[in-house]
Amino acid sequence: MATIAEAPAKLGPVRAVRRRVVIAGILVAWLVLFAVLRGHQTLALAAADLTDLHRWFNDVNDSIGANRNSNPLFLYFFNEIRLVIDNLVTFIQSLISQPSAGRPVPTIGWLGVVAIAGYVSWAFGNWRVAILAMAGFTFFGLQGLWQESMDTLALTVSAVFVALLIGIPLGVWAGLSDRVNRILTPFLDFMQTMPTFVYLAPLTLFFLIGPASATIATLIYAAPPAIRITAHAIRSVPETTVEAADSLGSTRRQTLTKVLLPMSKRTVVMGVNQTIMAALAMVTIAALIDAPGLGKTVVQALQSLDVGTAFNAGLAIVVMAIVLDRVTTAASVRAEAARRSGSRFAKWRKHLLVAGGVVAAVVVYLSHTYVWAAEFPGQGSTGSAIASAADSVTTWAQDNLSGFTNAIRNLITNGLLNPFQSLLTDSPWWLVGAVLVAVGAVLGGWRAGVTAGVCVGLLVGTGVWSDGMTTLASTVVATVLVMVFGVVVGVWMGRSPMADRLIRPTLDAAQVMPPFVYLVPFLALFGATRFTAIVAAVVYAAPVTMKIIADGIRAVPETTVEAATAAGSNTWQIITKVQLPMSRGALTLATNQGLIYVLSMVVVGGLVGAGALGYDVVAGFSQGELYGKGLAAGLAIVLLGVMFDRITQAAARRTTVPSRG
Amino acid sequence: MTPTDTEVSQRRDASQDQDRTPVVSVRGLWKVFGPKAEKVPDSEELRGLSRRELLDRAGCTAAVRDVSFDVSPGEVFVVMGLSGSGKSTLVRCLTRLIEPTAGQVVFEGEDIRDADPKRLRELRRRKFSMVFQHFGLLPHRRVVDNVSYGLEIRGMGKAERTKRALEVVELVGLSGYENSYPDQLSGGMQQRVGLARALAGDPDVLFFDEPFSALDPLIRRDMQNEVIRLHHEVGKTMVFITHDLSEALKLGDRILIMRDGKMVQCGTGDELVGAPADDYVRDFVSEVPRADVLTLKWIMRPAGPDDALDGPELGPDVVVREATRAVLAAEKPAKVVENGKLLGIVGDEEILSVIAGGA
Repeated sequence: MATIAEAPAKLGPVRAVRRRVVIAGILVAWLVLFAVLRGHQTLALAAADLTDLHRWFNDVNDSIGANRNSNPLFLYFFNEIRLVIDNLVTFIQSLISQPSAGRPVPTIGWLGVVAIAGYVSWAFGNWRVAILAMAGFTFFGLQGLWQESMDTLALTVSAVFVALLIGIPLGVWAGLSDRVNRILTPFLDFMQTMPTFVYLAPLTLFFLIGPASATIATLIYAAPPAIRITAHAIRSVPETTVEAADSLGSTRRQTLTKVLLPMSKRTVVMGVNQTIMAALAMVTIAALIDAPGLGKTVVQALQSLDVGTAFNAGLAIVVMAIVLDRVTTAASVRAEAARRSGSRFAKWRKHLLVAGGVVAAVVVYLSHTYVWAAEFPGQGSTGSAIASAADSVTTWAQDNLSGFTNAIRNLITNGLLNPFQSLLTDSPWWLVGAVLVAVGAVLGGWRAGVTAGVCVGLLVGTGVWSDGMTTLASTVVATVLVMVFGVVVGVWMGRSPMADRLIRPTLDAAQVMPPFVYLVPFLALFGATRFTAIVAAVVYAAPVTMKIIADGIRAVPETTVEAATAAGSNTWQIITKVQLPMSRGALTLATNQGLIYVLSMVVVGGLVGAGALGYDVVAGFSQGELYGKGLAAGLAIVLLGVMFDRITQAAARRTTVPSRG
Repeated sequence: MTPTDTEVSQRRDASQDQDRTPVVSVRGLWKVFGPKAEKVPDSEELRGLSRRELLDRAGCTAAVRDVSFDVSPGEVFVVMGLSGSGKSTLVRCLTRLIEPTAGQVVFEGEDIRDADPKRLRELRRRKFSMVFQHFGLLPHRRVVDNVSYGLEIRGMGKAERTKRALEVVELVGLSGYENSYPDQLSGGMQQRVGLARALAGDPDVLFFDEPFSALDPLIRRDMQNEVIRLHHEVGKTMVFITHDLSEALKLGDRILIMRDGKMVQCGTGDELVGAPADDYVRDFVSEVPRADVLTLKWIMRPAGPDDALDGPELGPDVVVREATRAVLAAEKPAKVVENGKLLGIVGDEEILSVIAGGA
């Protein structure tokens, strides 16, 4: 390894080949040692067993629980934050979802909420998304999930409100100051590599479980995109424009308010979109720490393997995601297009907006006053119909497709997953650790090797090494599958603009879905197994990898492809000898993103029988004595995530360097 | 600086601009990027180093080194150089968009390097303005609001500034586009907006940083003519940065050639072509159609005893191309006369050697 690292840079291709040989050597050595040492020092830990660290976490939890109202840090800091957030959430819930002020119904009834949703969508977006929003909201009622949907919406709105309140000013600051940007970026990077899940456990320590800590977890998860995109927007205002404003004698404040902010507006609205989507995803997962809403319905249904109910609630989440995404996207387009449409419409629009506002206000009043407009009529029979339809489809699939689905499941499970998992879990921990460090060092350089070493050490320390290896096995298998699909579809999209036009919207739509809802259909097809989680992870991670690879293929200069064609290459040769090698950077980046996405989904898969770290975390939420273990498992997930991220990022940097030189 | 170019510029100064105090007077201006940049101009040892040596020795890059020149009122002063010669840095130093490292920039008697931020803003708002290569327009504002931006930030009322903006929009030939947004306009029209914005505040000096480099050749020519027209109409002092020699010759009363941050030569177009300071300038101007630039004084020869002195009379500042027909049509060589004094004569041979492109 040392000789590889010291080889002079000009031997690029030779080095790449030798790197492959070294990796193969490491794997062979691993297999040989595995055969000899199988079953020794595996650090296996039964589901109910605890280590000292876990017990210590439990003690910490207990002592915090005992001193929550006496410790000044809690009394004057965490409790205050919780109080403020709690008040905000309770306020919004009392408006739209929970009985309030001695009434059996919320302040604003369903009709009022639908009217407000339509009006706001129309005012910020256009009439088409307004109709979509009203239809979507009405659909929640028809599904019999009105209150759950409104709880989810209330939590999302509260979290987004606070996230933007913090995120946009921070983003502006990071956009203006290089130093702030340098300080924030590593934090934001780190936060984005974390699976949604792991935010929950530590927060419950400080904020208890319930809506408040769910909202806090959500806003922590949702603020980074707002910060990042706002900073990016401020930074991407052309330098000439700022210079021109300076040369005309603008003060800093004038430059900010008249140049930077207006020019960033559209991008910032896109950031708002990302924040909302992230918040929705997190709010549904926060059901695990007792957040009310649709997520809770899904979690309970998943845990009792009630596919029909899970599907119905999952569908509501999807509809809400689509509505929120479309409305905010329309809003960002409007920020640009509206004033373009000329002053003819502007005057009309103003009158119409006022009129619409009056109508909406009247409807809100009606919904406050009359029962028919307050409580959604009917029994949610559409929802039951959807649920039973989903159930019968599931039954049908299990009856008729089981041969096929089981064949796939068994093929992957027995052919790929089981051998690999036993290789990881039955090898001595130090052997797997050494392999990880060596692979990290070969792929990503000594720095990545050191990071891998530290992560391995800490993983051992968490006491959930064996579960970690099971999760690692699922993650790696899923990532391999993701990359196979990603390359096939990505190359196709990259080469054919037609395919790109057809596929990309689907991928975009798939990316706004909360990870969670992916589990439901695969649970129906494959039952509660590790494989379900893997398939869900593949589907969840596929869009981002496909897009990155397609963009990478597209970025290969046309002239290079032309030159290769002129030299007489056939299509296969162009793909394998020109386009794929030249998009190596994109492939590595896709692997990086694929791993991160897969990891977060594999972990969520703990809910449907994937076991391992995900299960440990979930169990930690529900059973007090496993709390410490859950926290340690969360930590292990973080460590795995950091290790994957560092190694693949370093590898990406390495693969892009030779192409420049 | 070689002795030649000082001599050339002084000659020009002495002959024409003696009585007028310069609007902008630059003395010993330096801009050094890098750690401890301020040490470089003062250090006898460092200031003489070449770009490469300076980077190796001090880790600094000197973008502008010891540049001095004067710009007279109403003059179009062109700074020309290839990319990386420091010309854009130089023009930014003049308005302190980039802080100079050393030297003086005296504007109407006031060294702007001493101005505090408030005073500097005041100067930028009222006294000088700039036109940028990539326009730097505000995409979220209509043309008229872009043009009035400078007036807005100095606190002028809406009605007044709109009125003024509309006047300027008309002046630059954009009437009818007041309510368009910048991205609805072509590149040339966008730069007209940039020009209008610079003119709106009625500044004393206009700085142009390669304003037409991003435009198509035909549009560039239109815009150059536009600048010439505006210069005739409003008579502003202009400092114009370009990398295009023909643009420099077309617009510039005087041209300063820069290379690696240093002044190589400063003079009128015919001086550069007729008496290049060194091989760099000679190489630079070698492609120039000399007949369009050189005047008779550059090609005349002293009248010999056997020259007939009854040919047509022409002034020394007549461009060769304009004199061609008269000289070739005459039987005898033309006399070059200034204030009744015979300076020399120009015959067919001299004319033809220039027209034919000989040295």
